[in-house]
Amino acid sequence: MKNTLRFSAIAAVSALALAACSSAPEEEADPTTSATETTPVETIDYKACMVSDEGGFDDGSFNQSGFEGLQQAASDLGIDVATAESEGVDQYMPNIEAMVAAECDLIITVGFALSSATVEAALANPDVSFAIVDDWADNDFDGTTDAPNIKPLTFQTDEAAYLAGYAAASASESGTIATFGGMNFPSVSIFMDGYLAGANAYNEETGSSVNVLGWDGADGAFTGDFSDLSKGQTTAQGFIDQGADIILPVAGPVGGGAAAAAQAAGGTWIVGVDADWTVTFPEYSDIIFTSILKNIGNAVYDTISEGVSDAGISYEPYSGTLENGGVGVAPFADGAISADIEAKLQELTDGIIAGEITPNTAG
Amino acid sequence: MSAAENKTEAPEEQGFDGDPRSLLRSVVESNGLVVFLAVLAALVVGAVLVVFADESVQDASSYFFSRPMDTLSAAWGAITDAYVAMFQGSIYNLHADSFSGSIKPLTNSLTFSAPLIFAGLGLGVGFRAGLFNIGAQGQVILGAIMAGFVGFAFHLPFGVHLALAVIGAILGGALWGFIPGLLKATTGAHEVIVTIMLNYVGLYLLAWLLSLESWQAPGSDNPKSPRIDETAEWPSLLGDSFGLHWGFVAALLAAWGVWWLMERSTWGFTFRAVGANPSAATIAGMNVKVTYVLVMVIAGTLAGLAGGTQVLGTEKALTTGIAGSIGFDAITVALLGRSRPLGIVAAGILFGGLRASGPTLQVQAGLPIDIVLVIQSVIVLFIAAPPLVRFLFRLPDPRLVKEVTA
Repeated sequence: MKNTLRFSAIAAVSALALAACSSAPEEEADPTTSATETTPVETIDYKACMVSDEGGFDDGSFNQSGFEGLQQAASDLGIDVATAESEGVDQYMPNIEAMVAAECDLIITVGFALSSATVEAALANPDVSFAIVDDWADNDFDGTTDAPNIKPLTFQTDEAAYLAGYAAASASESGTIATFGGMNFPSVSIFMDGYLAGANAYNEETGSSVNVLGWDGADGAFTGDFSDLSKGQTTAQGFIDQGADIILPVAGPVGGGAAAAAQAAGGTWIVGVDADWTVTFPEYSDIIFTSILKNIGNAVYDTISEGVSDAGISYEPYSGTLENGGVGVAPFADGAISADIEAKLQELTDGIIAGEITPNTAG
Repeated sequence: MSAAENKTEAPEEQGFDGDPRSLLRSVVESNGLVVFLAVLAALVVGAVLVVFADESVQDASSYFFSRPMDTLSAAWGAITDAYVAMFQGSIYNLHADSFSGSIKPLTNSLTFSAPLIFAGLGLGVGFRAGLFNIGAQGQVILGAIMAGFVGFAFHLPFGVHLALAVIGAILGGALWGFIPGLLKATTGAHEVIVTIMLNYVGLYLLAWLLSLESWQAPGSDNPKSPRIDETAEWPSLLGDSFGLHWGFVAALLAAWGVWWLMERSTWGFTFRAVGANPSAATIAGMNVKVTYVLVMVIAGTLAGLAGGTQVLGTEKALTTGIAGSIGFDAITVALLGRSRPLGIVAAGILFGGLRASGPTLQVQAGLPIDIVLVIQSVIVLFIAAPPLVRFLFRLPDPRLVKEVTA
């Protein structure tokens, strides 16, 4: 026993020692070579900071998309960044305050949960810029942002979901498609609503009767959280048992559970959300019908570029649409939809951009 | 402790034969020096983790043998950065412009500690009565639900409103303590299982309530209640520029109340007797079943107050995450405080400080939040294993010492 311990200790130390053998970098690099060999991005005196909600930056959903936008901005624009993850609701305010204390120029908060903390901090620090993802920062509900120095970053995901719903209704062989969410709140249900509206539009136009399970325009199927994959699997299996052959899970990583159920059942497609799931979940790429894209990373990146620019940040609310590329649909699976439908989708896209089509059930 | 007491306790403690109750007792009764050394050891382990997590150390260590001082100085820098950030985040900010800015971190720590103290006190009462109550989380949630509901749904004058909201918190928590207490007393259902399940019931009850239109802020579909009325808030203790509120003072008063209950009242004597040996307590004529129910109701009341503090003092609205992990952190606080009120207050403030330092550790020192959680967990690990700490610091075993002195 003792010998084994000694042996492994020696092995570990020598491994460390070998790893530590490379040569030290030169203290003073030759100015001519460094200028030609590496062209580092000119560093700018600008600090962009981000505070996550309880999901953390590895949630595979909007925190992560936002974080990737920030990282991209850091490497492209040469700015300083700082990030803080919240492990509870009581950390939102302290995290934002720590960002203010760290002299951030722009503080981006992720999620409606941080709305009131963001507004409070923005009013107390009028010379700092704020942006919030997925919320209007309008807690008195008067239709305007509560502080002049907050830029809301919201996404009309129903526009893209409408296209996915229309295409899914056309492609369904069983005549039943389904959707479910993590929890029933606006940034989730907007996907489900657009999906339903798109399927309804297909029914109306073609006189078919594709049934949509899991959302009726006000309420529907929800797993209750954004972390338990087994609930996604059970819910999806329930829909498959009811004959659904295309399922849209709007529950972040829980959708992975739905994909597992679809793969096991066979003959079932999954519609991805937020990012292109053929990339996010390569193991399920053969059952991804399409993905409803919500380009949070781009919005974050653009906001930071605005902040860095001479003109400075515009607090005009950003709304991601089909028109500005803030939302969209990923390429459909090969052969999943016909060329006719593909052309029709382009027509619908134009209609939505022109404002002739309302992509939700309220319209 | 007098020598006579030691004599009677020593042989009892030696019967450390895997019985969970005696294990619980030995953790609860580990001495103050061990607790202090456990915290110290945890900080040392934390420093090692900080060194490994730090990027500049990783970079420098790749050429350790050509310039070892780089690695060492980077490591030293990382450790000092981390602990300076921790100090600045939880106690005193050296770089603030004003005095109030300097002491703000300390007030944040105290604000974070208030619910931990409340819930920890409740758990401590249960532990000393031999009940392993894991249900503080559910009791916190129920307290928060009731306090929040009274806070936003009723509109009453200042004073009355707060009092009613606090009573709501007490009733909510007490109900969630009463159920497992009653089930244990009448059917023998084990409190660990029942309280864990009630945590889930509480969590999903809250999620369901917040999905109802009447519990959501008007004009919004997000799962967040309207803001509570100002008349129902815990008033701030040091003015509006600080988050610290009277809920912290209430927690200190509760600590005194629990001390009185456990050490000076007949009830407390019964609780401790039942905790020490339920059979002996029965023979001595104490009603063990009623005691179980009472203990759980008191534990629930205190945990409910923790939930009330969160809603009425800190967050001022009900959200699905209102309870955070208070109910579980409070278990650690109660064990760290050896289930004694003074110890729980000290442990609660320590944990409040660790929690308050999270933001500065992430922002100033660039460390992941996980490091703070790891340090907390390592403290628990050392506390839960007094023999390990004694071994590390070459402390004598108290049981042996007692035998010699006795």
